[in-house]
Amino acid sequence: MGGIRIEGLVKSYGARKVLDGLDLTVEAGECFTLLGPSACGKTVLMRLLAGFETPDAGRIVIGDTLVAGTGVHVPPDRRGIGMVFQDYAVWPHMSVRDNVAYPLKIAGIAADVRAGRTQTAIGQVGLAGLEQRMPSQLSGGQQQRVALARALVSKPALLLLDEPLNNLDANLREEMRFEIRELQQRLGITVIYVTHDQEIALALSDRLAVMDEKGCLRQVGAPDALFDRPADAYVYRFLGVANFIPVRKSAAGWRLPDGVTEWVGPLPDREGGHLAAGFRPNDVALSRSGAGLPGIVRRASFLGAQTDYLIEVGGVTLRAATDSRRAGAGGQLFRDNEPCRIGFHAVQWFDELDATGTVNAEDVSATTSGAGHE
Amino acid sequence: MNNAGTSRSGTPQILFGLAVGILVIFVAVPVLLIFFNALWVHGRFNVADVVNVLREPDTYKALLNSLILASGVTVTGTLVGTFFAWLVTRTDLPYKGAMKVLFLVPFMLPSFIGALAWKMLLSPRSGYINRLFVDVFGFDGPVFNIYSYGGIIAVETMYLFPFVFIQVCGALERMDPTLEESARISGADLFTITRKITIPLVLPSILSGSLLIMLYSMAHFGTVAVLGIEAGIYNIPTLIYERIHQSAGSFDAIRTGTVLSMVLVFTAAFIIWLQNKVLARGRYQIIAGKSFRPAELKLRGLRVPLLLFCFAYIGFTIVLPTTTIFMVGGLRTYGLPFALENMTLDNYHHILFEWDLTRDAIWNSISLGLASALITMFAGVIISYVIVKMKVRGKGLLEFLGMLPFSVPGSVIALGVILAWSGKFGINLYNTVWIILIAYIARYMAFSLKANSAALEQVHDSLVEAARASGATMWQALRDIVIPLVRPGMVAAFFLIFLPALRELTVSVLLYGPTSRTIGVAIYTLSEDGRFRSRPRSRARRVRGHAGAVRLRQDHDAAHGSGLRRYR
Repeated sequence: MGGIRIEGLVKSYGARKVLDGLDLTVEAGECFTLLGPSACGKTVLMRLLAGFETPDAGRIVIGDTLVAGTGVHVPPDRRGIGMVFQDYAVWPHMSVRDNVAYPLKIAGIAADVRAGRTQTAIGQVGLAGLEQRMPSQLSGGQQQRVALARALVSKPALLLLDEPLNNLDANLREEMRFEIRELQQRLGITVIYVTHDQEIALALSDRLAVMDEKGCLRQVGAPDALFDRPADAYVYRFLGVANFIPVRKSAAGWRLPDGVTEWVGPLPDREGGHLAAGFRPNDVALSRSGAGLPGIVRRASFLGAQTDYLIEVGGVTLRAATDSRRAGAGGQLFRDNEPCRIGFHAVQWFDELDATGTVNAEDVSATTSGAGHE
Repeated sequence: MNNAGTSRSGTPQILFGLAVGILVIFVAVPVLLIFFNALWVHGRFNVADVVNVLREPDTYKALLNSLILASGVTVTGTLVGTFFAWLVTRTDLPYKGAMKVLFLVPFMLPSFIGALAWKMLLSPRSGYINRLFVDVFGFDGPVFNIYSYGGIIAVETMYLFPFVFIQVCGALERMDPTLEESARISGADLFTITRKITIPLVLPSILSGSLLIMLYSMAHFGTVAVLGIEAGIYNIPTLIYERIHQSAGSFDAIRTGTVLSMVLVFTAAFIIWLQNKVLARGRYQIIAGKSFRPAELKLRGLRVPLLLFCFAYIGFTIVLPTTTIFMVGGLRTYGLPFALENMTLDNYHHILFEWDLTRDAIWNSISLGLASALITMFAGVIISYVIVKMKVRGKGLLEFLGMLPFSVPGSVIALGVILAWSGKFGINLYNTVWIILIAYIARYMAFSLKANSAALEQVHDSLVEAARASGATMWQALRDIVIPLVRPGMVAAFFLIFLPALRELTVSVLLYGPTSRTIGVAIYTLSEDGRFRSRPRSRARRVRGHAGAVRLRQDHDAAHGSGLRRYR
């Protein structure tokens, strides 16, 4: 009943088209994540769902109700949604209890019922005992929970979360991530979660959608499906640190950008003369000798459990990550400027232009890119 | 489920309409009527005639005087303000905190009352100080003539320098001290640092403060009216007043007034534009520093002399005039020496409780102040809310309208409301307190907009959206979230309006009727009558009607009877 159907949604600000004919269906009871870089229109989509913006064209159906479409605009207060904002938006002049009770008060729920449900919601997010506190006396994580309790208290069928964990530190973020997931499953509500953090997206979602800067959905699916079978290089890059080695077909085989080095490793599974091999840092197997691409370690960074390398090979710089202990045991720890051999546990093949063209326009050969870039 | 009609043209549109309506009625219409009257002669658009009016010797002189006085006050006020600001923020002057507060006091005192005090102290013939020097020290003539450009500039400076003082203090306190320290480490001496680092960094604040002084001084009525007219020094606002009062509200007088007003509006708009430019340029320069204490300059041997200088300045500019006013107020007859047997409290009792004229004036000012502060406070919230928070079509227009109150000086507003509310459009409020109320609302709207929009900018959009998502309608979100959060800004706006409204002169002096004197008007006219007593010229020239409708005031009503003589 809390499902969402979005059809042909268009929204522009002035000359800039943020969303251009977006279609998306979210099932009831699903935890759905919109993953994309900053300013890609995911927050706009969220605000359209909440009713803070009106679409230029297209329809939004929440449950069985048309909330936005030609001539129809249901204002936010009548959409029956819960929403948590990036900056929490906890009202600073109200105590924790008043904040959480507000949606019920507005709905005209009787005082005794209201008190009970408020208390339940406060308990659900683990804030029992802090009811009288003012927001200024709470930590960021606690304010976050107040916002969550406030969004849940009216038992909405749909909960919208706009990067709610951004401002938290890493530990708290992880903790809250599980709590949101747990609450969502326990209450059986539909959750739309917007973020640019691929880790949260992968950990939290039943399904997720990767959105690009132009507001297009590149791929929609379950986390493991997107991670293992990315539709294109964009999705691949967005879901983790990605290396790309462009290769060209020559008479003898496949050559790297320096035109000399031969590609050694799994062969392309697709047609075309200009392809790119994509792999994660931990898909790289480094060795001192044996089969593999000949490379030189430019920089070794010992990070504890893991050792990171910047490796130059055939005119491309790569990032590799190895398990420090295992590599150390095998005598495979490298220092700066040592030669090495590069093998692969896994490689994904993409069209070269697709893989390299959009990453780093001024330096096509350096194709290392971090995920979750702001 | 099709409720688009109701929700789309609902609350936002009502608020928007309300905001535009208030600004149009109270501010835009009066200003437009001024422009219309200035440019539209005998049913035709006529610019040549505007030039003619400006070329008349009197108007030309007034323009020039406004410029001379404003420039003079700006220069002296900037120097004084910057010097004291530096002294209380960057040196080890003793009692800096208390000094800082004391330097703000002139801001709260009405400058035209200060001018009255200085007139009593330094008028060439009867000023106490001048008499002291002539009688006791055997000087041949007065030491200082307050009825002069220098006198006016000096008195205005005393009351206007806080504009620069406040801005520069703020800038010096916020300035990241590492900027200076890194220059020091690079080997620059203190003089070089001040010249190359500190002054360039605070220059935007200095300039923006001095432009405020200029804006205020350009359109300032009180001091020039009290000190200038004796020596024939008129600036634009006093000339407008003089013309309207003396030439029976004739068409010519109104036209001269409107043309002069137009010049004032353009000048003010230009100054504000300039100020915005200066501020926009300077914004990135002063990094809101962490709470480091900036390095203090050791004054060493100058510490005590500079402290004494500050005390002397405060004593001379605040204590002396204020005491003079109270002492003279206690004299049995003006002109008697200050001896205990000549002092009485009867005057105060009489003014406060017995004499209708002053009692009414006090009552009028209090009720006008309260009413205008309350109305303007609420109107300001609504208008600022629409400007700062809402996305509605036509907001550009509203933003423009919202800028208007800042660039329309008091005398212009007064003239504008005369044109708009004296029967021409079916409502005649002339000679009533209502017309003064309308003018106050227009005059103080800028304060309210400033305080409220500053408060509203602190209220993040998501707080309101969270309320909407919680099921609150726009009104409920306003009532439960916005209003409680901006209450400090509203309270600030209330006092920013109520206090100056209590002593308002520029607007009320052009609008008052027999029963609608304000405190400022009462003080001013009584002191004027003192002047007229000795130079009986303008008694007969009182203003009659404009197109039959503007019946500017009848004679000074019967009020200056016994009490007035007592005051002399």
